[in-house]
Amino acid sequence: MTATQDRPAAEIGKDRRRKEDQRLITGRTRWTDNITLPGMLHLAMVRSPFAHATITSVDTEAAKAAKNVVAVLSGKDFGEELGVCINAWPITPDQKTPSHSPMPADRVAFAGEIVAVVVARSAAAARDAAELVDVEYDELPAVIGIKKALQDEVLAHPDLGTNKSALWVFDSQEAGTGGEVEAAIEEARNGGIVIEREYRQQRLIPAFMEPRSVVVDPTGEQLTMWSATQIPHILRFALAATTGVPESKIRVIAPDVGGGFGGKLQATPEEWVAWAVARRLMKPVKYTETRSESLMAAHHGRDQVQTLTLAADKDGKVTALKVHLDADLGAYVAIVGGGVPVLGAFMFNAIYKFPAYRFECQTVLTNTTFTDAYRGAGRPEATYAIERLMDELAAEVGVDPLEIRERNWITHEEFPFTTVAGLEYDTGNYEAATAKAKASFGYDELRAEQKERRDRGDRVQLGIGVSTFTEMCGLAPSRVLGSLDYGAGGWENASVRMTPLGKVEVVTGASAHGQGHETAFSQIVADRLGVPFEDVEVLHGDTQVAPKGLDTYGSRSLVVGGEALVKAVDKVIDKAKVLAAHLLEANADDLDYADGRFTVRGTDQGKAIQELATATFAGHDYPEGMELSLDADATYDPVNFNYPHGTHLCAMEVDTETGAVTMRKYTCCDDIGTIINPLIVAGQVHGGLVQGIAQALWEEAVHDESGTLVSGSFVDYLLPTAADTISFDVVHTDEPSICTTNTLGTKGVGEAGTIASTPAVVNAVVDAVRHLGVSDIQMPCTPERVWRAIHAHDGDAPTPADAMPHFEEGALNQDPTAGGADQ
Amino acid sequence: MIPVQFDYLAPTSVEEALAALGEHGDDAKIMAGGQSLLPVLRMRLNAPEVVIDLGGISSLRGIRDDGDAIVIGAMTTHHDVRDDALVKEHALLVSKAAAEVADSQIRHRGTFGGALAHADPAGDLGAPALALGAQFVIAGPGGTRTVEAADFFVDLFETAIGDDEILTEVRIPKHTGWGAHYEKFVRVAHQWPIVAVAATVKGSIDEARIGLTNMGSTPLRASAAEQALAGASATEDGVRAAADLAADGTNPPSDLNGAADYRQHLARVLTGRAVLKAAGN
Ligand SMILES: Cc1cc2nc3c(=O)[nH]c(=O)nc-3n(C[C@H](O)[C@H](O)[C@H](O)COP(=O)(O)OP(=O)(O)OC[C@H]3O[C@@H](n4cnc5c(N)ncnc54)[C@H](O)[C@@H]3O)c2cc1C
Repeated sequence: MTATQDRPAAEIGKDRRRKEDQRLITGRTRWTDNITLPGMLHLAMVRSPFAHATITSVDTEAAKAAKNVVAVLSGKDFGEELGVCINAWPITPDQKTPSHSPMPADRVAFAGEIVAVVVARSAAAARDAAELVDVEYDELPAVIGIKKALQDEVLAHPDLGTNKSALWVFDSQEAGTGGEVEAAIEEARNGGIVIEREYRQQRLIPAFMEPRSVVVDPTGEQLTMWSATQIPHILRFALAATTGVPESKIRVIAPDVGGGFGGKLQATPEEWVAWAVARRLMKPVKYTETRSESLMAAHHGRDQVQTLTLAADKDGKVTALKVHLDADLGAYVAIVGGGVPVLGAFMFNAIYKFPAYRFECQTVLTNTTFTDAYRGAGRPEATYAIERLMDELAAEVGVDPLEIRERNWITHEEFPFTTVAGLEYDTGNYEAATAKAKASFGYDELRAEQKERRDRGDRVQLGIGVSTFTEMCGLAPSRVLGSLDYGAGGWENASVRMTPLGKVEVVTGASAHGQGHETAFSQIVADRLGVPFEDVEVLHGDTQVAPKGLDTYGSRSLVVGGEALVKAVDKVIDKAKVLAAHLLEANADDLDYADGRFTVRGTDQGKAIQELATATFAGHDYPEGMELSLDADATYDPVNFNYPHGTHLCAMEVDTETGAVTMRKYTCCDDIGTIINPLIVAGQVHGGLVQGIAQALWEEAVHDESGTLVSGSFVDYLLPTAADTISFDVVHTDEPSICTTNTLGTKGVGEAGTIASTPAVVNAVVDAVRHLGVSDIQMPCTPERVWRAIHAHDGDAPTPADAMPHFEEGALNQDPTAGGADQ
Repeated sequence: MIPVQFDYLAPTSVEEALAALGEHGDDAKIMAGGQSLLPVLRMRLNAPEVVIDLGGISSLRGIRDDGDAIVIGAMTTHHDVRDDALVKEHALLVSKAAAEVADSQIRHRGTFGGALAHADPAGDLGAPALALGAQFVIAGPGGTRTVEAADFFVDLFETAIGDDEILTEVRIPKHTGWGAHYEKFVRVAHQWPIVAVAATVKGSIDEARIGLTNMGSTPLRASAAEQALAGASATEDGVRAAADLAADGTNPPSDLNGAADYRQHLARVLTGRAVLKAAGN
């Protein structure tokens, strides 16, 4: 009996428990901070308390004299070998990009920037001595907040002469994908509907569970860096490109990584400083950040002001959408930086057939922590804006928000559909997802309850929020990235190796940081190659094991990395077929391959893939001209993004006396094509939803006017726990819209929940109190903001800036100017 | 984060602890459950040379009946206070408030005495202690003294406990049969209160005692509301006028969770709710 007969009929679609979970959850595994090397030294960073200052002197004497301290180094102790932190995506040719030293010698541009590093024999000694480093600063005026930065009165980087980094524009008329926006808006002003809003995407902190950590070992032929990163391959490239060490001398390892959400998609100052120190001292070093450092100095996300104009005819059929974003880059243009809001450019039109569309994104520099990708990166912002606007349009027309969407969405017969932003959506069925979500949610019953409570004037009002989202994921066709001036491609690589005893080693360049790739990829290989799930080992995250890859972000691992894997498996089968034909003394054309076994058609003769692996290892008998290996590599460059979509429905209760909001019900029906592992999908959806809900209700990074992060600990930066959320109703369409641009038919799901949920929640909160005169509440919808919005008109509470209507009165409905505590 | 290095002492009696405090003076810090002290040390906001752990002094732990009062040892954990039968019978408000402190892990480590000695204006136990007229028994080099709740809370993080003294127990006059409710307003479950109201009532309503959390630099009594509640009926209409007085004389902070005027509004709304729930409605 061969092992193949024990295999269940199909792995794909099965609720496999994640094989990696036991070690990840117990922590008995290789987290970077768990790595200890002989003679290893520990680093502590000295960070600027000022948002903007000239460094006048760094006195390291006392620190150097402290017990167990080996060295204290500051920016001026290094030359070019320190390298720079790179921006891989200059969004325009004339983008203003301040040079970003990992440890500047002359001037700091945000509070938390590294000015010196202490190297000691223990982490405690390094931390103690860091307090003895005496840095003198001349404080410079700091610019905090987007609106202030746009005024260019105070400059984040005086040498640049402006805070405006780049202006990126897409116009459907210029692109030939749609009509002219201004004309459509003008027309709507006469007899149609024009909705003008300013929405604020607050600043968020990725708050991954494992703090960032890096170990560098300079001893040995290659310099090795272990890092809690999402991007080992890009790191190797960037280290080589900026620090003068040849690529071939660099090995980067992302061992088990405890979450990232985009927050570990970065080439960080901390990594570069550790690299430089290890090379200088020729000793292994480790740096692990504290949670306070993580909140303050690891990159932040979102932070945009969105100025939006939606034009429609009087029936609510949209005729144009105009978007102007002002996006806060923070102090530097980080690795993806301005590319994040640009990724949103293609998603404001969402699932709708808009005839005209214009998008502008102005990026600005401020003296705050630099911003970059955070779960969804660009797409949550776009989805929030359009889904909030569609609810406003429904209110204006006086119809149900689902009805207004139906009047505008692409119907399922219309796929493939080329959007006004120029993307081709291959498949989707918004009607089916909406119908299923509605039924599961109990939409009509909840609407009836809402009416009843309104009529009764109940203290607790009920609101229903809708978000019919789509997104573009599976980053990305390399040529498309090239056309957008991104510095790298979007392909992925995989290898499949047959071991002598018939096990399978799978190597992927898409390195997981907790998503369960080991399990899902094993399921794919088990089915495709016909081997037991347990026999597949997935290797990743080490440039010596997986030399090629573009890492993990943008919901790309399965749809791009998984496809590369399929292609590699198919090559293995092709190679094995030649050997099987030879050993079975049959014509290759007469062989069938199923369940891991070649059989000669019409006979009971056959060879299992495991037997062929052993035969290849032995090499005793193989055909002339055959290379003695079954192993194969494949690189896959996606031909298109893929477009998961879903209908999310949220019911929120609002206590009108206190402004407190409580979630009553949340249903999502996501269409993500083929599902490899429903359990992993459920995990991604649940976690994603909570992250999006948290933006709507709880999380906000706030800097005060001097640039100090006020929400600098989890006491003030409110992360939800399981106690704050409800059981979500997660369903999928009965007949998923299979993706047509990859073999497995999959679409990404890593970001879907986060992208979709934020507007569903805010729409529900606003819906609950719309009859009290409220049409917007700034995120996060704190009880105080909700209460003030409700009572803005009755004199019970003073009118706050964030609840006032905008444009007409010349006032902004959400004022992010000062970045102050009241922001 | 790693605290600055300190020496660790684990006395087994109050006398021994007092002697250690006397010896090290300002350089020493007492540790009860460590749930407030250790975060402070780890963030390097304080760096004592000596930490004196009261965990080994068994006489400081436990709850006993003392006639017209119950006595809670300073080192009794929130968890034990919450579940204790004597507390539930004679000082239900304290049990209700202890149930709302942080999360289960912290309730198993943090102590009643530690929380009160820490005197965080957002701490959940000060308002009930004040409302019930607790007496604080403080041991020092010269012996033991008793301080009334009204005199115990001095300012933000400041109490009547001297540098060379230790809080040993808290006496709570019996309020047998009084209804009680602790109404805590938070944005996420594990948060310190933005505002909370501790209410306990006799009958419905003969007499009411109300403490406010996070409405000033110390726990506060809502005295005007208390007076107005005596003889009021335990209905929404009956308590509204009294609840409207709850924020009188308060001086709450303004921060990311709410401006002072919003907190005052909350105090009024939550007082009404707390009183009604305390009265069983
Ligand atoms: C994440 C988190 C959430 C929390 N949430 C809440 C909450 O929602 N509500 C709430 O009320 N509290 C909350 N707390 C605080 C918790 O209640 C603590 O247990 C309490 O504040 C301190 O008690 P402790 O026994 O841990 O004291 P310690 O931390 O050991 O000591 C606190 C202070 O009191 C002094 N001290 C302690 N005992 C004595 C004594 N007998 N005599 C003199 N001085 C003494 C110490 O020197 C120290 O300065 C939270 C704590 C954490 C870590």
